[in-house]
Amino acid sequence: MSREVISLDSITFHYPGSEQQVLKNVSFSVREGEWVAIVGHNGSGKSTLAKLMNGLYFPKAGSIHIAGKKLEKDTVWETRKHIGMVFQNPDNQFVGTTVQDDVAFGLENHGVPHEDMVRRVHSALRQVKMDDFLNQEPHHLSGGQKQRVAMASVLALQPDIIILDEATSMLDPTGRQEVISLVRALKQEQEMTVLSITHDLEEAAKADRLIVMNQGEVYRTGTPEEIFELGDELVSLGLDLPFPIKMGNALKAQGVPVQGQHLTEEELVNELWTSHFKK
Amino acid sequence: MMEKMIFGRYIPADSIVHRMDPRAKLIFVFAFIAIIFLADNAWAYGIAAIYTLASIWMSGITVRFLISGLKPVMILIAFTFILQIFFAREGRVVLDLGFLTIYEEGIRQAFMISTRFLLLVFMTSLLTLTTTPISITDGLESLLNPLKKIKFPAHELALMMSIALRFIPTLMDETDKIMKAQMARGSDMSSGPLKDRIKAVVPLMIPLFVNAFKRAEDLATAMEVRGYRGGEGRTKYRLLNWHIRDTMALFTLIILAGILSWMRFWL
Ligand SMILES: Nc1ncnc2c1ncn2[C@@H]1O[C@H](COP(=O)(O)OP(=O)(O)O)[C@@H](O)[C@H]1O
Ligand SMILES: [Mg+2]
Repeated sequence: MSREVISLDSITFHYPGSEQQVLKNVSFSVREGEWVAIVGHNGSGKSTLAKLMNGLYFPKAGSIHIAGKKLEKDTVWETRKHIGMVFQNPDNQFVGTTVQDDVAFGLENHGVPHEDMVRRVHSALRQVKMDDFLNQEPHHLSGGQKQRVAMASVLALQPDIIILDEATSMLDPTGRQEVISLVRALKQEQEMTVLSITHDLEEAAKADRLIVMNQGEVYRTGTPEEIFELGDELVSLGLDLPFPIKMGNALKAQGVPVQGQHLTEEELVNELWTSHFKK
Repeated sequence: MMEKMIFGRYIPADSIVHRMDPRAKLIFVFAFIAIIFLADNAWAYGIAAIYTLASIWMSGITVRFLISGLKPVMILIAFTFILQIFFAREGRVVLDLGFLTIYEEGIRQAFMISTRFLLLVFMTSLLTLTTTPISITDGLESLLNPLKKIKFPAHELALMMSIALRFIPTLMDETDKIMKAQMARGSDMSSGPLKDRIKAVVPLMIPLFVNAFKRAEDLATAMEVRGYRGGEGRTKYRLLNWHIRDTMALFTLIILAGILSWMRFWL
């Protein structure tokens, strides 16, 4: 079994100047090369978790280990080199005036020599298929393109872990699809560890493992199949079931014999059109 | 109307002026502003004007384009010209209409002041027309770098400028969106008494500010996560390259300064 690259041990947290316990006794770990999705209602503490993993805040109790090292005030800059983050709003994380400047920004911060920097900017943009837009300004790009540039900015820094905090939630369906397939390709080709935070269960269904957050606590962890077994329980946690699952449940309710859970429309359709033969 | 306005805009092209080092262009423009004040007679202004026209010609931009793009500034210059003619009270009387007297000195002053103003506007426009804002920022940072010794925040200033430049279109779009949203709710910003119009601007400004602060916070987080911890130890993606042509351009400026001071102090 591969090693753990992220591990959280009984994390408790509240924001400075606020009484509200945002995270209560949260523990979980992510193994190298895994794609883990964190799902949960608005305000369940998902973004706060991401901020803690990056050392933007420190837990009030409990400990975080990233790539085997304990995350503390002295090690935070070292830790950040292991983690790349993509955020929700495509505009608010675009620092440079053009696509290539934005990708270069992180490299400049790390003091990468100029020739190296040029090479890494170009290769990162090629990976996300944005290498035709080197000199484009952000307001001429679509949301999906901006998020791909954000991914390139992360890739150029060659992290081991990518955290996506609702990175697709402000995109149109096409943009969302582009970003998700990019993440999947990266995971397969580069064995990157991916932690994607989302409240879109359809997106989460593509992960290896799901962590369900509720009111600042880990409610359940498991494979997508295991989690979707919960059915209406998820709905009561403020989550919206993916369409194929809802459809399957509705068909079952109508007396159509659908077996098990189907995470994609394709699986459901395959089950339906072959169901007649099974009788 | 705003489309045609070229003040502060960059027009992409590939001329020798476009290719100059932004530091050279910045030094050039600031030095030119100082040098033009050496001119004190029609001949000197004529030479400065020829020099300016030659610079414009080398950039591939036409004077007609400059004048039509700078229309509001032209109107201002014409206005200064008229004021000068009417209000100077020195020298020989050229024309006496009873209610209005025009003096020779008035005409001289009017020509000189408006020429100076015109040349300055042309040269500064030439800088912004041929240099991308980000290059100007880079050039400025590099020129101000020595001042870091006396704790002048050159890097921070340049970063602030580049972030401001990057967010101008974003905030413009947002203003437009909020304006339309308020108009859809029946807000009227373009008619009625001034007091009502100012009141109508408040619901525009508040969401704009709230969002701008939210953006600033997000941006700060995104920058920190990508390893930003101040100017210390950073490398630069954009390199500035000083060529012979940059030295030459400044050299011609020294010659111009020489000629103008000779005309002023020895002739
Ligand atoms: N900077 C902050 N200061 C104080 N409270 C905050 C801050 N950010 C988030 N919170 C609170 O923490 C809780 C969890 O927020 P968040 O982690 O953003 O949830 P999620 O990402 O799951 O929607 C919410 O109740 C929110 O109001
Ligand atoms: Mg969130």
